[in-house]
Amino acid sequence: MKEIKSQIPSMNPMGSTMQTLPETILHDVIIIGGGPAGLAAAIELKRLGVSDILILEREKEPGGILRQCIHDGFGLFRFKESLSGPEYAARFIEQSKAQEIECLTNTSVLEITPQKEVITASGNGLTTYRAKAVILAMGCRERTREAILIPGSRVAGVYTAGVAQSYMNLKNIMIGRTAVILGSGDIGLIMARRLTLEGAQVKAVFEIQPHANGLPRNIEQCLNDFHIPLFLSHTITNIKGHNRLEGVTVSQVDGNLRPVSGTEKDYACDTLIISVGLIPENELSEMAGTAIDPRTHGSIVDEFYQTSVKGIFAAGNVLQVHDLVDFVSLEAERLAASVSLYLEKTSLPEAGISIESDLNIAFTVPQHITGRSDCILSLRVREPVKKCKIILLQGDTVIREARLPKAIPAEMIQIPVCAADLVSLEKIKVVLEHE
Amino acid sequence: MNRIFTCIICPVGCEIEVTTRNPFGYPDKRPDEEPVILEINGANCERGKAYVENELKNPQRIVTSSVRVSGGNMPIVSVRLSAPVPRDRMMDVIEELRHISIEAPAKIGQVVVKNILGSGSDVIVTKQVQKASPH
Repeated sequence: MKEIKSQIPSMNPMGSTMQTLPETILHDVIIIGGGPAGLAAAIELKRLGVSDILILEREKEPGGILRQCIHDGFGLFRFKESLSGPEYAARFIEQSKAQEIECLTNTSVLEITPQKEVITASGNGLTTYRAKAVILAMGCRERTREAILIPGSRVAGVYTAGVAQSYMNLKNIMIGRTAVILGSGDIGLIMARRLTLEGAQVKAVFEIQPHANGLPRNIEQCLNDFHIPLFLSHTITNIKGHNRLEGVTVSQVDGNLRPVSGTEKDYACDTLIISVGLIPENELSEMAGTAIDPRTHGSIVDEFYQTSVKGIFAAGNVLQVHDLVDFVSLEAERLAASVSLYLEKTSLPEAGISIESDLNIAFTVPQHITGRSDCILSLRVREPVKKCKIILLQGDTVIREARLPKAIPAEMIQIPVCAADLVSLEKIKVVLEHE
Repeated sequence: MNRIFTCIICPVGCEIEVTTRNPFGYPDKRPDEEPVILEINGANCERGKAYVENELKNPQRIVTSSVRVSGGNMPIVSVRLSAPVPRDRMMDVIEELRHISIEAPAKIGQVVVKNILGSGSDVIVTKQVQKASPH
């Protein structure tokens, strides 16, 4: 007891603490997360002349989720070639090293305050930093079995797709022999192929929605190539087994996504992969006081990617779940440009023009703009549509129109908005029209 | 006969409609006869057209996987093919990789197997591997 007591700072008779608290370390920019968004933002900031940058990464290496995404198809937009995830990440990691950008790994951020203090835990204990600008680049995490409340036994053999991917691609652990996949998200589709190539039997993919959630090319090359069936409007209604998973019950769902009784079918399997969507990881953003959009589950931002807290910016999957990493990098680079501007001017113009959308559109990012600079509006549709127009209106005036041969929820749509097109300071309405 | 392909070359995933004569559509034709393409619609770029032509004649795929590493800071390292191989040879490539083990360190782009199965495609490392740090 005595020893423990001696470690606690005690008051001396003069009333000051005997041990001084560690001082706050100051930086111009602190980036939370060393994945694709954080790395791209750091490199672009450096290019724009901002040099006092610190990246905080909780894993042992930078690169984020790309470290385990060993399949190819990354970089087709950003680098005009098809790279695997680790190769895509390496391009940014090498550049950040060459630019001597400081990245602290094995360092978890515990708290961010609205005053832009960042408290971390690492092998060196607790450290407090403060920055002129904080960039949120924490990415997203997977929805779990618990998030969608699948009833049944709590058995081994139930994994989210990303966890399965990490076991197989990082740790060399085979996760099962006979698998069923719930959800048609891209990671689930990629894992269907990976499991098949590694000798497991993937019986089927079940998707509760009447449409697939993954990109069409992944349905083609990950399922169709291996004759893995995809059942739409189906879900898992029971998980069975004692210690290890023994099987699942699958039911059809009605138009309200409710299981239809009498349609149950059993599938014997020892592995269930859950690929039912991603949620931006925003606990720290909420601590910092940024307002969250219930549609994106990310911070509300303006065209500078500035959140509701001055000097705190967000980009990448923590802001909105992207379909392609290329767009994460490009978004983070646009963010870097505005952070550089913020550091120079110490504040950015007020964004008074709100952007609203009709029910066919799931969300837009940014949620409000100044109307004084050009920007890119990202959005997703709720349902798949063929031949449609996305129209931006101010009052009754059409300020922008984008014609699309098809629009699906799996794909992010990006529409450039030019300041010159705006006719007033009124709100902008985004509507979808069938052609 | 018409058939719709989803292009896998890039994330746009164009739906490409191909009109062909032989072998499908005409039951009297020999099944080993190559299809004759009459029309290709819906491809946003030339690569899409080339993709469907290949799909009809000889579908090709890139294989990505991992191979074992000894003495490295990770147990396995990711690899991919430098060029696609015929789709029906994917499993043969995987089987071949099962027996491969490399020594750390390894660099991105390093060739693990040259000209795998005589396909003309190399297996290359896609992740930096360092030597395991001594304890």
